[in-house]
Amino acid sequence: MQRIIVVGNGMVGHRFIDEALTQSESFQLTTFSEEPRLAYDRVQLSSYFSGATVDDLMMTSESYYDEKGVEYFVNDRVASIDRSAKTITTAQGRTESYDKLVLATGSTPFVPPIPRPDDEAAKQHILVYRTIEDLEAMKASAKQSKVGVVIGGGLLGLEAAKALKDLGLQTHVVEFAPRLMAVQIDQSGGDILRSKIEELGVHVHTDKNTQAIEPGEDTRYLMKFADGSVLETDMILFSAGIRPQDKLARDCELAIGPRGGIAINDQCQTSDPDIYAVGECALWDGKIFGLVAPGYSMAKVASAHLSGDAAASFQGADMSTKLKLMGVDVASIGDAHAQTEGALSYSLCDEAKQVYKKVVTNAAGDKLLGAILVGDASDYGAWLQLYLNDMTLPVAPEYLLVPSTEEGAASAGMGVEALPDTAQICSCYDVTKGQIAQAVKDGATTMADIKSCTGAATGCGGCSALANQVLNSELEKLGVEVSSAICEHFDYSRQELADIVKVKQIRSFEQLLKECGSGHGCEICKPAVGSILASFWNDYVLEDEHIGLQDTNDIFLGNMQKDGTYSVVPRIAGGEITPDMLMVIAEVAKEFDLYTKITGGQRIDLFGAQLHELPLIWQKLCDAGFETGHAYGKSVRTVKSCVGSTWCRYGVQDSVGMAILLENRYKGLRSPHKLKFAVSGCTRECAEAQSKDIGVIATDAGWALYVCGNGGMRPRHADLFASDLDDVTLMRYIDRILMFYVRTADRLQRTSVWMENLEGGLDYLKQVVIEDSLNLCDELEADMSRVVENYQCEWKTTLSDDKKLQRFRQFVNADGSDPQLQYVRERGQRRPATEDERRIDIVEVR
Amino acid sequence: MQASKWFDICDKSILSPNTGVCALVDGKQIAVFWESKNDQLYAISNYCPFSKTHSLSRGLIGDSKGELLVASPLYKQRFSLQTGQCLDDQAISVPVYPVRETKGRIEISLD
Repeated sequence: MQRIIVVGNGMVGHRFIDEALTQSESFQLTTFSEEPRLAYDRVQLSSYFSGATVDDLMMTSESYYDEKGVEYFVNDRVASIDRSAKTITTAQGRTESYDKLVLATGSTPFVPPIPRPDDEAAKQHILVYRTIEDLEAMKASAKQSKVGVVIGGGLLGLEAAKALKDLGLQTHVVEFAPRLMAVQIDQSGGDILRSKIEELGVHVHTDKNTQAIEPGEDTRYLMKFADGSVLETDMILFSAGIRPQDKLARDCELAIGPRGGIAINDQCQTSDPDIYAVGECALWDGKIFGLVAPGYSMAKVASAHLSGDAAASFQGADMSTKLKLMGVDVASIGDAHAQTEGALSYSLCDEAKQVYKKVVTNAAGDKLLGAILVGDASDYGAWLQLYLNDMTLPVAPEYLLVPSTEEGAASAGMGVEALPDTAQICSCYDVTKGQIAQAVKDGATTMADIKSCTGAATGCGGCSALANQVLNSELEKLGVEVSSAICEHFDYSRQELADIVKVKQIRSFEQLLKECGSGHGCEICKPAVGSILASFWNDYVLEDEHIGLQDTNDIFLGNMQKDGTYSVVPRIAGGEITPDMLMVIAEVAKEFDLYTKITGGQRIDLFGAQLHELPLIWQKLCDAGFETGHAYGKSVRTVKSCVGSTWCRYGVQDSVGMAILLENRYKGLRSPHKLKFAVSGCTRECAEAQSKDIGVIATDAGWALYVCGNGGMRPRHADLFASDLDDVTLMRYIDRILMFYVRTADRLQRTSVWMENLEGGLDYLKQVVIEDSLNLCDELEADMSRVVENYQCEWKTTLSDDKKLQRFRQFVNADGSDPQLQYVRERGQRRPATEDERRIDIVEVR
Repeated sequence: MQASKWFDICDKSILSPNTGVCALVDGKQIAVFWESKNDQLYAISNYCPFSKTHSLSRGLIGDSKGELLVASPLYKQRFSLQTGQCLDDQAISVPVYPVRETKGRIEISLD
């Protein structure tokens, strides 16, 4: 058994260990880290400031290493290597011998030699950005600072700037080059990036050569630049690039590059064949790779070579990157600066949308050499494949830039069939299209299969859509029909089920199961069918034949929270409420000690209600005239509004009145996903209607209707559907759009994705709704009026049904509450105790 | 063999079809489900090890390839009603308990 010592337990060092554990040959693995903990995700470092914990960032654990027999030492730096004795010695004096050594020492932040204070305070407020300890130092410094400066406007620098912003500092970025991210993008892209980042409140200073850092007057420091300008700040963060950490290798006289870096061959061996180097400390073909993916490739090669695979070889790595910096998409592919001889550039700068795109092609204009995307990187995946696989462009280069034209649409929809087998689909685990195809030939039929047998889409997950397309196309090639079936109980898609329910007038799940399904149903099809039935017939959802279909929230008409209690949200149509009604809410919240919060949809959420309390709470609310807010349902939630022409000196229509009208018309409509509306009283758009599924904006001549926007995980601006509508036409269009959505959307598909997937998109939707191209509008309107007529407040119905009320108890055979619930008070209200705060943990042992 | 001790829980008529309720038996929270198609009763622990809450009785029931299951209401992990085995994580299972109907009453044993 060979003993391998891995020096450094960063992302790449850990990956090497993981790779080595999968090799058939058994190794005795030992790893040392100078940091106090094992490998964590440095790429996601800035998430530490937006809520992630150290545990969230960890990539491995002591128990995992224990289980796998990996020996580890943290807080102990390897200080020297004795190559002749084949031993290493650590800073704490431990000496260990090795058969093979793997250097994964990573890099250190480069701190330019700028004259600066060198006292105790400087150690606390002039910092770098690489480790969790650095982050903790930043946090501590930020508490005593108002202004922060990041020196360096590259990828890491902008990440660091986001961190400072999250810490609440007035944030500046100082860059030596004339633009941000000078390595990856060009001046025009840099300009768009800069303006987007400045919009977020970060001050950007380019072309700034810092000459000195001196004590300041109003602030802790004063930075002086070569052009004579100055900048005051309380803390400074260096992020001006990285340097390979190669000291250990230098000291034992391994070959080192002229500008640093441990020289390696294609097998990742250093000049001593028993010593390998991987990751940012390694120099291959004169290049340092400052990204994690090439480091992972090296780890794989080194591990394979160590287990006797002589053919394993590192062949360089593509440095194309795509990232989100402070919410701004930035991507760079290949020769982004058009340095190849004869290369041609095509670019599109859309200042209105703040999007910049550039493609670089060969002289003939039929191969992609490089690209830049800022503000919208949705083309990255398709373009990267064109570039990596040296594919002939499907359209003339200029059409790549404007995918809304028909030619462009062809490129956007470029099928995965066109990709060669060598195309890399998953860069985290280096999985090619050919490997996925082989897995399908070997019997894989689902993404879960693909993940478990190839590893694709199990790293960052960015390739899962593409991998799924490859899976489907390979299945089709084999003649396997790609199923759109909702689950194992029905061979139909949601849309087909909706049609069946409608045409055959099906009123219950049992009936539908008998008609076209099998088995008992499951957590996928039951809520979906429950929603379809409710959309068409609008029966009481807790009827005996429907109750078993209702998911977590609907079944108790409340939103279940993490501790198993519920939140209560009464409807406040349009966000308009009288002081008396506010007092009712206040009294109820006080009586039941409910945590109270204003929602984004202009209503009030009351948290912490237990099952047996829900009817008592709702009785009081309903008695006072409140109705359920359906906050628990995949249904119409709220219609947000601004105050409109009634009070606002700019308003041109009564937006509150319209919002109340719309909310009362559509309240309770069950749909494939939740629906949010807003109405703004003028073009200033204070109600943010363009981020809603249905957005209405007042114009001098009536209403403009926007559709299919949303906030959330993947925000989308709504599209203008029609302008200058009167009240009646507005509502008629909304009736039709909503019902068409309810009938044709997939399960849990929001309106935005639904419309993007409609063949013909917005124009098609206009034809259906405005021109009635499917001759369907009468039916859609009739469906909607039936829903509106059958509206009932589900809570009112429930309160009048003793049998239904019996279910609202924690225990069917005893009174009382769940003894496991524990709360602490914070800012004057109660909240669930965290695990650490819990006095006793009741875990059932049998 | 010692005779099982059965605890009387409630009248079956108060159950809703294809849903669960939670019973408190000797300090233990137990989820009882009534699958109405074949008129079967199932009892498993109410404690969901993923969310660390007593909530399984409020989950949705269904089947996967014929195996009856409940999906945790919070994060949707599925548990077999027969065996308590989690279908989404081999390493996790919850206790199951004998349950029966006697003259219209639901009874549970802790054996």
